[in-house]
Amino acid sequence: MTTSTSGTTFTAASTRVDLAVETRGLRKSFGDTLAVDGIDLVVPRGMVYGVLGPNGAGKTTTLSMLATLLSIDSGEARIFGVDVRTEPHVVRQLVGLTGQYASVDENLTGRENLWLFGRLQGLRSAVSRSRADDLLERFGLADAAERRISEYSGGMRRRLDLAASLIMSPPLIFLDEPTTGLDPRTRGQMWETIRELVAGGCTVLLTTQYLDEADQLADRIGVIDRGRLVAEGTSDDLKSSVGSSTLQLTLADASQLSTAADIVARRLGAHAVLNREAGRLTTPLDRPDAALDALVDLRTSGIAIAELTVAKPSLDEVFLALTGHGTSDDDSEGDSR
Amino acid sequence: MIDTTIAAGTAASALAGLDDPACGTRRALSVGETLNQTLAMAWRALKKMRRNPEQFADVTIQPLLFTAMFAYIFGGAVSGNVASYLPLMIPGILAMTTLTASMATGVQLREDMDKGVFERFKSLPISRMAPLVGPMTADVVRYAIAATLTLATGLLMGYRPGGGVAGVGAAILLCLVTGWSLSWVFTWVGTIARSAQGVQGISVMILFPLTFLSNAFVPVDTLPGWLEAFVKINPVSHVVTAIRDLANTGTVTMEVTWSLLGCAALVAVFAPLALRRYRRQM
Repeated sequence: MTTSTSGTTFTAASTRVDLAVETRGLRKSFGDTLAVDGIDLVVPRGMVYGVLGPNGAGKTTTLSMLATLLSIDSGEARIFGVDVRTEPHVVRQLVGLTGQYASVDENLTGRENLWLFGRLQGLRSAVSRSRADDLLERFGLADAAERRISEYSGGMRRRLDLAASLIMSPPLIFLDEPTTGLDPRTRGQMWETIRELVAGGCTVLLTTQYLDEADQLADRIGVIDRGRLVAEGTSDDLKSSVGSSTLQLTLADASQLSTAADIVARRLGAHAVLNREAGRLTTPLDRPDAALDALVDLRTSGIAIAELTVAKPSLDEVFLALTGHGTSDDDSEGDSR
Repeated sequence: MIDTTIAAGTAASALAGLDDPACGTRRALSVGETLNQTLAMAWRALKKMRRNPEQFADVTIQPLLFTAMFAYIFGGAVSGNVASYLPLMIPGILAMTTLTASMATGVQLREDMDKGVFERFKSLPISRMAPLVGPMTADVVRYAIAATLTLATGLLMGYRPGGGVAGVGAAILLCLVTGWSLSWVFTWVGTIARSAQGVQGISVMILFPLTFLSNAFVPVDTLPGWLEAFVKINPVSHVVTAIRDLANTGTVTMEVTWSLLGCAALVAVFAPLALRRYRRQM
């Protein structure tokens, strides 16, 4: 692996500007912890690509390497055909990064922040100011323009952070968990903004812990677990691997769990996940009608049900289906950088 | 390699009917751009200073307190009375307060670097130097405040510098140059220490012996021989002597040259170290 790290292994034929992001065998370790373990990513232009995974999966590390914030241990990465390792300065001109934690200046006002980032990137003072005002208007922050960021709410900070990434209109935007910690309403606003960006011709690469977020926004999703890409495809591809929804049953008598699981498995053709303490079983469900048949079977066998839910599969279930383990037993080391 | 990359990129984009986003990008920064970015960073640091006035404590209260305290405590013992001690001591305090203030530069810069906004600075296509040099340069304002207040307190207490306005002005200028140059050392410490407190600890360890084991507060001939030898080679002694010569007599002596050479050496060694460290690890 280490021998193929120089940029020259990318032949001219593989350098494609129609790919916003292209990585091969991307690796990064911190001490003994392998945070990113050979990720191959292909993100065509003009789409939202979602990188889905639990804390510590290596999402932030991957993004940081692509944004030139972390050095690449081995493997190759190109942004619009530009080698990230050899041309970091060019890559920085192509990418706008909005980090997991608001990366704007607490001591400055919203307008001053945007003006500063414009000035730093070579805009004239007046141009930078008018662009700052446009962005503040567009992100609904015009009223807060003169207030310091330390007085902003979490949602306002995220919006300003995104606005700061857009001041030079970069063709590619990285969003690291753009809605983590936001309330549902602010989250919806953020989604709307991201959709507008793509409609305007941007390519967006976002990381998220939420399946529904990837589902709502992303044209393609890459699932990362323990530094590896374990699945890739459209939202529908992923969901079909776990059923389009899940049936969750809590039994009145937990001792009947195994019998119930057998009956459900026979009817639905999928294995159930059991939680013995709670007397609960969870199983993928492709057709909601089938659930009814299973329930009838249970009643005929004299198994009483205390609680019943039909829900969209959670990230946990997608993970379980793809990796054989849940999201909770992760080693939360890698994402800390 | 570069040529083939661009050619292939153009061909592929022509096929796909897409423009090449990398087309309008630049490979390197000009000196003018670097300067503009440094100024923008200095502007940010000045805004921050104005909005956090508590940051000025070390350059306002400390010079006033130290000047009065040292004069009344050591004045009689060292020079017989306070008035005749002032020409010896004020240049010493001038050097000490600017050096202490330059230590705060390293501590505050480290604090700043731990914040999210530094991640953004790193992700922008800007000079790697600007985020360090900008705030360091803005801090010259703090050194100027410290120097002016020390001098004003001295004047109030009866210090009458023989060098006149020009001599005193030159002395203050030397203080500012020294403070800026030394702040590279503390900025470097800032890039290797784990936390702002760590920077503080290491910096005090460097600065305390340097300022006190110098000729800043006492005539060198009163010291035991081994200490006198150290004091004489201590760069801070040279700076203090240079400031005395400028402020008290208005003469530009070899000591000024030595001081400036020392400053140049500090920058030559520690600026590359700090920049390399910042570029690589932070």
